Amino acid sequence: MNNRLIKWFKYASPQSFYPLAGRMIPWFWALAAVFGVAGLWISFFVAPTDAVQGEGYRIIFLHVPASWMSMFIYLVMAGWAGLGLALNTRLSGMMAQALAPTGALMAFISLWTGAFWGKPMWGTWWVWDARLTSELILFFLYIGFIALQAAIDDARRADKAGAILALVGVVNVPIIYFSVKWWNTLHQGASVSLMKSPSMAQTMLWGMLVMALCFWMYSIAVALMRVRAIILERETQTEWVRELPEVKS
Amino acid sequence: MNWGSPAEFFAMGGYGLYVWGSVIVCILIMVMEPIMASKRQKNILQALRRERIAEDLDRQ
Repeated sequence: MNNRLIKWFKYASPQSFYPLAGRMIPWFWALAAVFGVAGLWISFFVAPTDAVQGEGYRIIFLHVPASWMSMFIYLVMAGWAGLGLALNTRLSGMMAQALAPTGALMAFISLWTGAFWGKPMWGTWWVWDARLTSELILFFLYIGFIALQAAIDDARRADKAGAILALVGVVNVPIIYFSVKWWNTLHQGASVSLMKSPSMAQTMLWGMLVMALCFWMYSIAVALMRVRAIILERETQTEWVRELPEVKS
Repeated sequence: MNWGSPAEFFAMGGYGLYVWGSVIVCILIMVMEPIMASKRQKNILQALRRERIAEDLDRQ
C-alpha cells in the first residue's frame, strides 16, 4: 500500500478526523457568510424584476439551492452509508448520521418556500404534482432514516439498518430530478441544466449559483459540527477521547 | 437598484408575505440548526468531563 492511501485511511479514523473537522469548520462558516451576503445582495438588489412573476420570483433564490442540496445531501448520505456497509468503517456511519438532519431541513425549506411561491403563482399552497410529491417522499425518507437510527440502541446495528433504508431510498432522487420531464404536471422544468444554456437572465442565474454555494458551505459546516458531537458520543469509552484537551480541562 | 424606498423593498411588489415568509423561515432554520449542533457538542463534552472527574475521584 502506498503512502498516499495510508494517509487517506488515517483521516478515515474518528480519532484523526475529529481535530481535522474542528479546524475546517470556521473556514466553511466564513465561506458560507461571504457567499450568503453576496448571494442575497445579488438576489434582492442586483437581479431585475421578473417580467411575468414580478418580485415574487425572488423566492427561487432560496428554493432552488435548498432543493438541490436536499437531493445532493441524500446522495452523499447514501454514499457514506453504503461505504460503511461495504467496508465496515466507523466514520462512514457517523457521517451519514450527521448529514441526515441537514438534508431533512433542506427538504423542508424546499417544500416550504415552494408552497410560498406556489400560493401567489399557482393559486395553491400544495398540489399532488409529481415533483412536489417526490420531494415530500424525500423528506419522509430523511425522517425515516433518523427515526430508524434513533430506535436502535447499538450504533453499529443502527448504521447497518439505516444504510439499507438510505440505499433503497436513492431510487427516489432521479425520480425527483426527472419528474418534470417524465410527467407533464404543474411544476416547471429545470431552469438550469448541464445540457443546454440556462433559460434565465444572467444576473438571476448568478444569484442562484452564489446562493447555492452558500448553502453548500453551510451544509458542510453544520454537518461537520454534528459529526464531531456524534464522534464523541460514540467513542466515549476510548482513551483518545479521555485524553482530549477539552475533556481534561 | 430595484427599490425606491425601504417600504417598497418590504412590500416586494405585493408579494411581501410570500417572499418574507420564505426568507424568515429559511433564516430561522439556518440559525437554529447550528445552535442545536453546538449545544449537542457542549452537552457531550460536559458529560465526558464529569465522567473523568468521577473516575479521578474513584481512584483517590
